[in-house]
Amino acid sequence: MTLNALRLIPMRSLLDLITGYWWDLRDFSNLTRMIYKHLEDWGFPDWSIYVISGLIGTLGIIAFIGGVAVINIWVERRVVGRMQSRLGPNRLGPFGLLQPVADAIKLMQKEVLQPASAPGLIYTLAPIAFTVPGIAVFAVVPWGRHAVLASLDVGLLYILGMSSLAVLSVFMAGYSSNNKYSLFGAMRVIAMLVSYEIPIVAGLLGVVLFAGTMDLQGIVLFQEENWAFMVMLQPLAFLIYFFAISAELNRTPADIAEAESEIVGGYHTEYSGMKFGLFYAAELINAVSVSAIIATLFLGGWWAYKLDELVPGWMIFIGKVYGVYFLFVWTRGTLPRFRIDQLLAFAWKWLTPMAIINVVVVAAEVLAWEESGWSAGFWIPVFIAVNGALTGALIFGFVKFFAPKFQRFPTRPRFYPDIDVPSLPAVTGAEFMAKGGQA
Amino acid sequence: MPIKVEPVEVNIGPQHPSTHGVFRMVAKIDGERIVDVKMVVGYLHRSMEKLAEERTFTQNIPFTDRMDYLAAMSGNLGYCLSVEKLANIEVPERAQYLRVIFGELQRVASHCMATGAFINDCGAWQTPVMWCFRDRERVLDLFEMTCGARLTTNYMRIGGVAFDIPDEFLPALEKLVNDELPKAFEEYEELIVGNEIIMMRARDVGVVTPELAINASLSGPMLRSAGIAWDIRKADPYCVYDRMKFDIPVGYNGDAYDRMTIRIEEMKQSLRIIRQAVGDLPGGAHKTDVPLAIRPPAGEAYSRVESPKGELGFYVVSDGGPAPYRWHVRAPSLINLSVLREMTVGQTIADAIVTLGSIDINVGEVDR
Amino acid sequence: MPHPRTMLLSGEEVADRIRRSLPEAVQSANDAYVVLEPERMYEAMRVIRDDEQLDGKFLTQLCSVDMVTRIDMVYHFASLAQNHLFEVKVPCDHEHPVVASITPLWSGAWLQEREVYDLMGVHFEGHPSLTRIFLWDSFPGHPLRKDFMSLPGGQKPGLSQFPKQVSGQTGQEFRPKNPGTGQ
Repeated sequence: MTLNALRLIPMRSLLDLITGYWWDLRDFSNLTRMIYKHLEDWGFPDWSIYVISGLIGTLGIIAFIGGVAVINIWVERRVVGRMQSRLGPNRLGPFGLLQPVADAIKLMQKEVLQPASAPGLIYTLAPIAFTVPGIAVFAVVPWGRHAVLASLDVGLLYILGMSSLAVLSVFMAGYSSNNKYSLFGAMRVIAMLVSYEIPIVAGLLGVVLFAGTMDLQGIVLFQEENWAFMVMLQPLAFLIYFFAISAELNRTPADIAEAESEIVGGYHTEYSGMKFGLFYAAELINAVSVSAIIATLFLGGWWAYKLDELVPGWMIFIGKVYGVYFLFVWTRGTLPRFRIDQLLAFAWKWLTPMAIINVVVVAAEVLAWEESGWSAGFWIPVFIAVNGALTGALIFGFVKFFAPKFQRFPTRPRFYPDIDVPSLPAVTGAEFMAKGGQA
Repeated sequence: MPIKVEPVEVNIGPQHPSTHGVFRMVAKIDGERIVDVKMVVGYLHRSMEKLAEERTFTQNIPFTDRMDYLAAMSGNLGYCLSVEKLANIEVPERAQYLRVIFGELQRVASHCMATGAFINDCGAWQTPVMWCFRDRERVLDLFEMTCGARLTTNYMRIGGVAFDIPDEFLPALEKLVNDELPKAFEEYEELIVGNEIIMMRARDVGVVTPELAINASLSGPMLRSAGIAWDIRKADPYCVYDRMKFDIPVGYNGDAYDRMTIRIEEMKQSLRIIRQAVGDLPGGAHKTDVPLAIRPPAGEAYSRVESPKGELGFYVVSDGGPAPYRWHVRAPSLINLSVLREMTVGQTIADAIVTLGSIDINVGEVDR
Repeated sequence: MPHPRTMLLSGEEVADRIRRSLPEAVQSANDAYVVLEPERMYEAMRVIRDDEQLDGKFLTQLCSVDMVTRIDMVYHFASLAQNHLFEVKVPCDHEHPVVASITPLWSGAWLQEREVYDLMGVHFEGHPSLTRIFLWDSFPGHPLRKDFMSLPGGQKPGLSQFPKQVSGQTGQEFRPKNPGTGQ
């Protein structure tokens, strides 16, 4: 009965009701077109139209980020809770969805403490400066075919600059806290920044070489045009970028800057109340913005083969963002932390050479593509095969030849059926005393 | 021109996520490297040895719970054995088997905790701790079933155990020992033992040579990791351990990784012992009749058990009265700490945390 | 070959071995333990550790017992290779208990000797860092002594010697004046 009733509703005419009007949110350009038209009608000058529409877009993005920061607290805690064989927050509201609200209320009520000798301006500015880059990155990220706030020709460069700024604010926080743990965190961040910027940039070079543009929309369009996600063409760059950026994000296995079990909280040890809350939220925001970058560069952004004709592009995009974000949560929930020297060695000895080899190979491929004049239909499958093989060979070769020799001893203990004590020379205790004894 | 630098003193503890209680390590640090370590204990000192002199022998049993609160059964057992040795009390066979079963279950619980906390010190974000807690909870459920308490069990009595096991205990134990725990240990093997990051973090960290291990009176997994096959259960069998077949897992290198794998293997051996003990569990009384205010003859006794942390010894002196004249505990956690400086100096601050985690101290026992 | 289960060496046996190298180091011996002369104890301890038959390389534990007229230091030694255990006692004065530290011989002793110093007030000569371990520095007296906060008619409190008198300390206070500074 109900099915028959449904058939009576003319679907086509329903679609006609929304197509092309401003409330057709499948495509944001309808909305902007409406705004332009009205502003023109009301006689605003040309430049103010751009300002107003830019402001509206910015507000929209900030609203989205705010929502994401609230939701992701819940998402991360639930997902990690599942991984830790427990439930996660489930009491407040449906499925515990109101838990972030309760967290925020609690954090706002807490007193914001500040060390007496901390330089107030830097100390206060640090959490704000930490939050801004994560939001600002979204300006150049395309949400759909016609939906990008600022279509910069140097979008990728802008993103790289912004993501380094976040690290600087971490140093501000750690340095101004006047706390030894915080200072350790800050110093570790600087060491990490110096090391990991190189593989990040060198890894993304491969993407830029393929796409021939630094505009993010252009990179998405390249993937659409060639009918392949960039992660297929550039699996090595994807892995390098993923590891390196998770180090810059301070997430396990590279969270040495906040290293809870070693230096308590690292750079945010001294922060409390909403200042800490801002750090906490900004960490999630940065994770989401990095996920957005990965989704755009490597996973096609708003484009997904034929799917983007059925589903609005921004929905696909958000879906991909959360897919990548789940990867980050997953690594955080499972892996232990590297020591700092191991982490830096990983950047210099593994990621950087791999990224450079990758750039060389990609340059050769792009050159071959342009010089030969053959179609993409021939070259893209070849590139996918070659780069996939290269990734496998490089990882296998590095593991084979450059892995640390920590397996000198067997990983399993020996078994003795009975007590067995080798006769040992007596230690004179002089060695022990030579170190000055213990105090 | 060389820059003039001087080492920084950093307090690790008493309130620190990885000091496993209120333990304080004053580390002098040059960059990331540790130059000197000073340890400060005593924040949890409850003067149990003095208090015990004013309570009867039976009233002292709960103190042993509160000492190593992660291995209460082993503490109970060690103390009861010492008083039984002092007063020459025969313990019924069933009670001895029950003591073995509960002692080994407690070892599983304590080692679960130690393994999880150790991986957490390596930097994993709570996941291994929660997994290990899950398996520890299963053991604690059995404790609750038997004696009503989960942590401070107060189960052993002088001359036996407090209660006989309930009817539903043995089926639950069999399910745990034959099904749930072996599966969990397989997971540990896959996730922890083979994990390369853990190997990188724990191999060659906190190394103890066998000479130093003996000279510094180390015991338990610390001693065994250094390559010395020594276990009180084999060397000086108490209860019915001489009838049980099990192996002593022994490490090669004496580092933190060896200690962790030894703990995991010991849990498996514990299961083996429990299976044998359940198979041979005789009937009969679970307790001999011992006066509540027992007055052992004047004299002294030192008895020791292999607690999860190491050799737990009780030295009891009686003057013929209802209370011990002197009650001393050889606390393995405290004595294992005496090589902390040797193990940590020269390593990075992150390694020091891993080393401390691999010693598996319990501050309740360090301070008493 | 190690014994299949730990053998308790009788005091006489241990005394015999020590007398071979140091005839006058042993005060007395019985079934359970051997009592050493406090003055010669350090050499005797060295013999215990290095003697092939005694082989006391493993210091199982050390503690102290307040015997009202004297304080007994109690040492338990084990040989892991031969699997035996024996007990050694060293008596010392009740008012001014001083014995030689065995930390230079067994590094495992240093925390336990600090513990004995803290709770019983025995001084160890040659200990690298003899400070209080559990209690704070200005704690009056040594709680494991039988005369600590003793009832009337008993002995005098052991506050007069230990710890070193901190100026301004009356013996009545149980909390440091300035917490954290040790004053």
